[in-house]
Amino acid sequence: MINKTVRNVSEALEGAHDGMTFMLGGFGLSGIPENAISELVRLNLKNLTCISNNAGVDDFGLGLLLQKKQIDKMVSSYVGENAEFERQMLSGELEVELTPQGTLAAKCQAAQQGFPAIYTPAGYGTEVAMGKETREFNGKMYVLEEAYKADFAFVKAWKGDKAGNLIFKGTARNFNPVMCGAATITVAEVEELVEPGELDPNQIHIPGIFVQRIFQGKNYEKRIEQRTVRQKETL
Amino acid sequence: MGFWGLNLQIIKMLDKNGIAKRIAQEVKDGYYVNLGIGIPTLVANFVRDDIEVEFQSENGILGMGPFPFEGEEDPDLINAGKQTITALPGASYFDSAMSFGMIRGQHVDLTILGAMEVAENGDIANWKIPGKMVKGMGGAMDLVASAENIIVAMMHTNREGESKLLKKCSLPLTGVGCVTKIVTNLAVLEVTDKGFKLLERAPGVSVEEIKEATEGTLIVEGEIPEMAI
Repeated sequence: MINKTVRNVSEALEGAHDGMTFMLGGFGLSGIPENAISELVRLNLKNLTCISNNAGVDDFGLGLLLQKKQIDKMVSSYVGENAEFERQMLSGELEVELTPQGTLAAKCQAAQQGFPAIYTPAGYGTEVAMGKETREFNGKMYVLEEAYKADFAFVKAWKGDKAGNLIFKGTARNFNPVMCGAATITVAEVEELVEPGELDPNQIHIPGIFVQRIFQGKNYEKRIEQRTVRQKETL
Repeated sequence: MGFWGLNLQIIKMLDKNGIAKRIAQEVKDGYYVNLGIGIPTLVANFVRDDIEVEFQSENGILGMGPFPFEGEEDPDLINAGKQTITALPGASYFDSAMSFGMIRGQHVDLTILGAMEVAENGDIANWKIPGKMVKGMGGAMDLVASAENIIVAMMHTNREGESKLLKKCSLPLTGVGCVTKIVTNLAVLEVTDKGFKLLERAPGVSVEEIKEATEGTLIVEGEIPEMAI
C-alpha cells in the first residue's frame, strides 16, 4: 500500500500559496471540503482562482474566503446565494467566469483523464461560446472547451482509506470525484478514515491513484441550504 | 363589475399548478425526466400514479422522491435547487460528469424547464437579464443543448403584460432552436419550422386572446380544442 495519509489539514495544504488555482468539490453546501476551506481562511492565501460549481453563502463555504477578499477569480456555474459575491462582482473586485454545469464537470474530468479539451453542445450559439472554436459533428454544432489546470483539488468524501481510496455519500458526491486527479495535488478529506482492506474494493468510487493526500476531517457542520420537509399524513 | 370581472380572470387562465397539471400529461410510462426549478418542480405532484417515471436531478440522483419528513432531512441528499429530498427504492447516485453524461447522451427522455423568453424558432432565454445580477446558467445550457424533448413551462406574458413568445429573443440566449413544446397559462403550443403552432387553449381562453398575447408567428389551424385538465 502506498500511504497517502497526512496528519492534519495544515500538512494537507503544504505548498499552497498566493496566486494559485484551486478546484473545490461540492454542490451548494453539500459535499464541500469544509476543513480545507477553514484552513485556506486561516492561512489567508490571496489572489486565488477557485473552480467550484457554487461560491457558498455569505458565512459558509467559499463565502468565507470571499469575506476576506482572498479570491480574485471564480469559475462557477451558479452563484446566486451570496450577497458579498454579488457586491464584489458588481464592483469589479472579483472576476467571474460562468460555465455551464455539465461543461464545468467535463473540463475537470478532461484534466483528470488526460484530454486537453472536449467538444460539448452546451452553450453553442450563446455568449459562452464566444471566441471559442466550434465544429459540426453529425449535423450538430459543438463548442471546444479546454481542460482546466489547477494546482490543488480539495475534495470531500464520506469514507476513505490510507491508500487514498474514496467512497462518497448521496448527492454529496457531485463534483468531488471528477476533481480527483484533475490538479497537481489532490487533497481528500474524509468523515471516516480507515485502514487499507476495510473498504470493499467493489465499492470504491475513486481509486487512490487520483489522490495525493488524505486526512481525517473534523467538526463537519454539513449545513443545509434549503430545508424542505413534508407533513406526515394523519390517518 | 369589479368583483365579477376579477373572478372571470381567475377562472379563465391557468395558475402555476394548472400549467404543471397539463405538462404532467406529457410524462409517459417509462420516462426519465429532468425537472427545472419553479413551475416544473410542481409537475411531479400531478404525474399519474399508474405509470412508472424516474426523476433525475442533475446534481446527481435518479429516482428522486418527495421532501423528507421533518427530522429526517439529510445534508448529503439534496436536489438541484439545494432542497432536502428523499430517494425512492431503485434510486442511484452519481457524480456530476456522469449526470451530465446522461443529459448530453440523450438518455433523459424529457426535460421540463422555465423560461423568460422563447422564440418561434425554438431559441430559449432563461439565465440572464442585462443590467441585473447574473446568477449563472447552472445546468440549463447543458440541458437545452442536449435534450431532444424540451417542454417550457411559463406564463404567456411577463409582469408588464408583454409577450414571452417572440419572433426573436431579446435576452441573452441559453440555447438555440431547442424548445419543442410550450405550456403557458393560456395555451399549449408546438414549435414548428413556421412558428408557434397552437395546439390547445386554456379553459375559457379564446384564440383571439392567445393571438393578442403572442408576439411571434402563431399558426392556428382549424378548431383549437380546450385543454382537458
